[in-house]
Amino acid sequence: MIDETDRRIVNALQDGFPLLARPFAAKAAELGLEEGDLIARVARLRETGVVTRFGPFLNAENIGGGFCLCAMAVPPEKWEAAVALVNAQREVAHNYRREHELNMWFVLAVEDRAEIEAVARRIEAETGLAVLLFPKEREYFLDMRVPA
Amino acid sequence: MSGRARSLDALDRAILEATQAGLPFVAAPYADVAARVGAPESEVLARLEAMLARGVIRRIGLAPNHYKLGLVCNGMSVWNVDDACVDALGQEIGALDFVTHCYRRPRRLPAWPYNLFAMVHGGTREEVLEKKARIADLLGSACRASDILFSTEILKKTGLRLARRAGAEASCSD
Repeated sequence: MIDETDRRIVNALQDGFPLLARPFAAKAAELGLEEGDLIARVARLRETGVVTRFGPFLNAENIGGGFCLCAMAVPPEKWEAAVALVNAQREVAHNYRREHELNMWFVLAVEDRAEIEAVARRIEAETGLAVLLFPKEREYFLDMRVPA
Repeated sequence: MSGRARSLDALDRAILEATQAGLPFVAAPYADVAARVGAPESEVLARLEAMLARGVIRRIGLAPNHYKLGLVCNGMSVWNVDDACVDALGQEIGALDFVTHCYRRPRRLPAWPYNLFAMVHGGTREEVLEKKARIADLLGSACRASDILFSTEILKKTGLRLARRAGAEASCSD
């Protein structure tokens, strides 16, 4: 589905896309490709979903918003209802099932970090289950790069 | 809103808004953005550079879909690390090329004794467990307990919507 050149492109563009008038030309030169070929390949990777986003990534905390990782221990008989209730919250950005007694892990994304507590309490009231909050105390690195 | 958020002016916001769906796939993408926000290309480049320097923009580039790259296995490794050395060790773990996120978070005793979270991706569980073993080696005796929580289902995944006031949609892909 993706070839070796695509992989090199994914790796190179995770590292950064230059702020130049002709950024694709600069990256293409580094990769030994033609500008037009690079543009076409990145567009195709985006179209086919291999690339989920291409552009500036905002740092939510620096524009006033906040995130919080949360977890719940959902008993099997409450699972379906809890998934529906949690996913219905606008503030829930990601929600993953994980193998652990704490089996539901979700991220709250809010416009004002003061809202996090209230959203968590609302989810507790709706689901009847405790929500544990795991706010980030320190970030050691945040980079989405994965080797392609 | 934070001071930095207030420091975004109308042009900054317009640029963020114009680029949140992604940069256009054309030879001069910033010129295209400039035309959309009605500012010179050089000004758009300067604003983006300044927002990168201030940390409003984390980076400019692409985010791949881990699953489509064959990294179908995702494990949240969690560690109970001595508070005295968690920051120094966290830096080392965060720098490992196979760790995509590394955070210190509060313990929730007694249920949850872990204070260091490191996300590890791989093609198979064995591969993820091998990577976890490398983290364990690095932590050594500073680590009192650990676990790994494999994800078995993505229940929801959307762009992170926030900062309506900024008119922007921040994207964070993980």
